[in-house]
Amino acid sequence: MARKRSVVDLCLTPKEEVPGALRYLVSTLVWLLVIGAWSFATYGGFMQDIFLPSPTAVIGAFFRLLDDGTLAQHIWASLQVVVIGFLISSLLAVPLGLLMGTFRVVQAGLEPLVNFIRYLPVTSFVPLFILWIGIGIEQRIMVIFFGTFFQQLVMIADVSRGVSKDLLNASYTLGASRRDALLHVLTPASLPGIVDTLRITMGWAWTYLVVAELVAASSGLGYISMKAMRGFQVDVIFLAIAVIGLLGLFTDTIFRLVRLRLVPWAN
Amino acid sequence: MSAAEILRAAAPVETSAPVAGETPRLRIQDVRLEYATRGKTVVAIDNISIDVPDNQFAVIVGPSGCGKSSLLYLVAGLAQPTSGEILLGDEEVDGPGPDRGMVFQSYTLFPWLTVRENVEFGLKRRKMPAAEREAIVNRYLNETGLAAFHDAYPKQLSGGMMQRVAIARALANDPKILLMDEPFGALDSQTRNTMQKLLLRVWEENRKTVLFVTHDIDEAILLGDRIYVMTARPGRLKEEIIVPIARPRTMDMVMDPEFIAVKRRILELLKNEIKDDEH
Ligand SMILES: Nc1ncnc2c1ncn2[C@@H]1O[C@H](COP(=O)(O)OP(=O)(O)OP(=O)(O)O)[C@@H](O)[C@H]1O
Ligand SMILES: [Mg+2]
Repeated sequence: MARKRSVVDLCLTPKEEVPGALRYLVSTLVWLLVIGAWSFATYGGFMQDIFLPSPTAVIGAFFRLLDDGTLAQHIWASLQVVVIGFLISSLLAVPLGLLMGTFRVVQAGLEPLVNFIRYLPVTSFVPLFILWIGIGIEQRIMVIFFGTFFQQLVMIADVSRGVSKDLLNASYTLGASRRDALLHVLTPASLPGIVDTLRITMGWAWTYLVVAELVAASSGLGYISMKAMRGFQVDVIFLAIAVIGLLGLFTDTIFRLVRLRLVPWAN
Repeated sequence: MSAAEILRAAAPVETSAPVAGETPRLRIQDVRLEYATRGKTVVAIDNISIDVPDNQFAVIVGPSGCGKSSLLYLVAGLAQPTSGEILLGDEEVDGPGPDRGMVFQSYTLFPWLTVRENVEFGLKRRKMPAAEREAIVNRYLNETGLAAFHDAYPKQLSGGMMQRVAIARALANDPKILLMDEPFGALDSQTRNTMQKLLLRVWEENRKTVLFVTHDIDEAILLGDRIYVMTARPGRLKEEIIVPIARPRTMDMVMDPEFIAVKRRILELLKNEIKDDEH
């Protein structure tokens, strides 16, 4: 019979699994620690509340903005921009990225240009976009698109380039045409990588959203943060940050579930 | 009797000439293959000619890197010879096609398809009706002992089972010839023995022309009707040996004097090759 190993021993062994209960305990503890430090600093009077609001102040701000409907309105405004920008970008980047990773001519044509644009900071284009398309929702969608599209393109091209040539060869010896190979081998083989890419770039899309809303917007979570700064409502800034974090967590969970459903064979 | 005598007694005819009644199904004629890498050309295969008659199990053995995989890729149409030609029946090989099934050295099952869907892949490309497809797939799943696993995904299978699926997948297409590139090379010896037995049984049932690559000499003799021994790179044909052992073959035949004679001969041929390669 195997000797029962102590929990301490398990904790100190690299890559060893530990009991699930212990994992939950540890993550709860870390949260409690952070909130505890925060409470200590604010309720203890170590930080002025115009710089760091107390937890209750942030919860207060939450109910205030929830009651007057502004929170829902701004969440909706932000979500709309992220989702539309991200969808347009993904719908174009997925097929184009697959082609770029599969056909050397497409790669040769696009790669140098895409790599050039990819390293330009999106933020530096914001003034240009404002000049060209104004400060409406289209401008913010453009920022999201510009921030995610070129990254997605390169990442998805890498995914499809990584598909083993042996898989394609196997399909040819089974009678697949080039079109079959593209549709029935390359695309499904790339699917897990595509979902992962979308999941990662979705996180970046939220970042670009806030940048866009901080600069020029009349609604959205970035916009209320900016407005709150001018009015010294630091509790609202904290609320906006927390809400963005939760929305990010929410979209990330959706992508995790999509991956489980869509590519069960890869998990 | 010496090894050479047994062999001579068993194979009195000029070996590469087609025997009456046997049509040479596969003809590899003066095939040469060069790879161009960084300005230098590497000769992988140097003018090989091989005739494999219909319904024969032909095995290629040779030192590592002598061009065995390359030769199969050429027959599969996945690569083009620098010169020479390859004929299957009367048709020249020009590009890959479902008439030449292949089992690869690496695992090449489609991970997003179940065992059943993998076996079905080629039939679907041909747009075969579902009922017909199912009958064929079931037949080969049964023959390869995979019926119980038809709904599993490849990552749930062991290496031996994955190669069984690969064999079933290639056979389901009813190819004229089956190309097998060290299909059991990555398996442990016990699983390999099981797979050899399975392949012998499946082959008895189908009698397809097979071109099989291996570096395992026992495996070559156990499975093959004829064995082509290649030289070290650049790969040339060193000798063609007809295996004088009756079918059906069983595992205990490895102790037969004929078996040992063939083995001794192949070892001798390969020993010289490895020495040649060392300087
Ligand atoms: N794409 C390629 N480009 C350049 N050289 C190659 C290429 N493929 C194979 N070679 C070379 O050609 C020779 C034959 O390779 P091949 O893979 O056919 O040998 P092999 O007999 O199958 O070897 P192994 O026993 O290791 O499987 C080797 O020396 C290899 O380095
Ligand atoms: Mg090889």
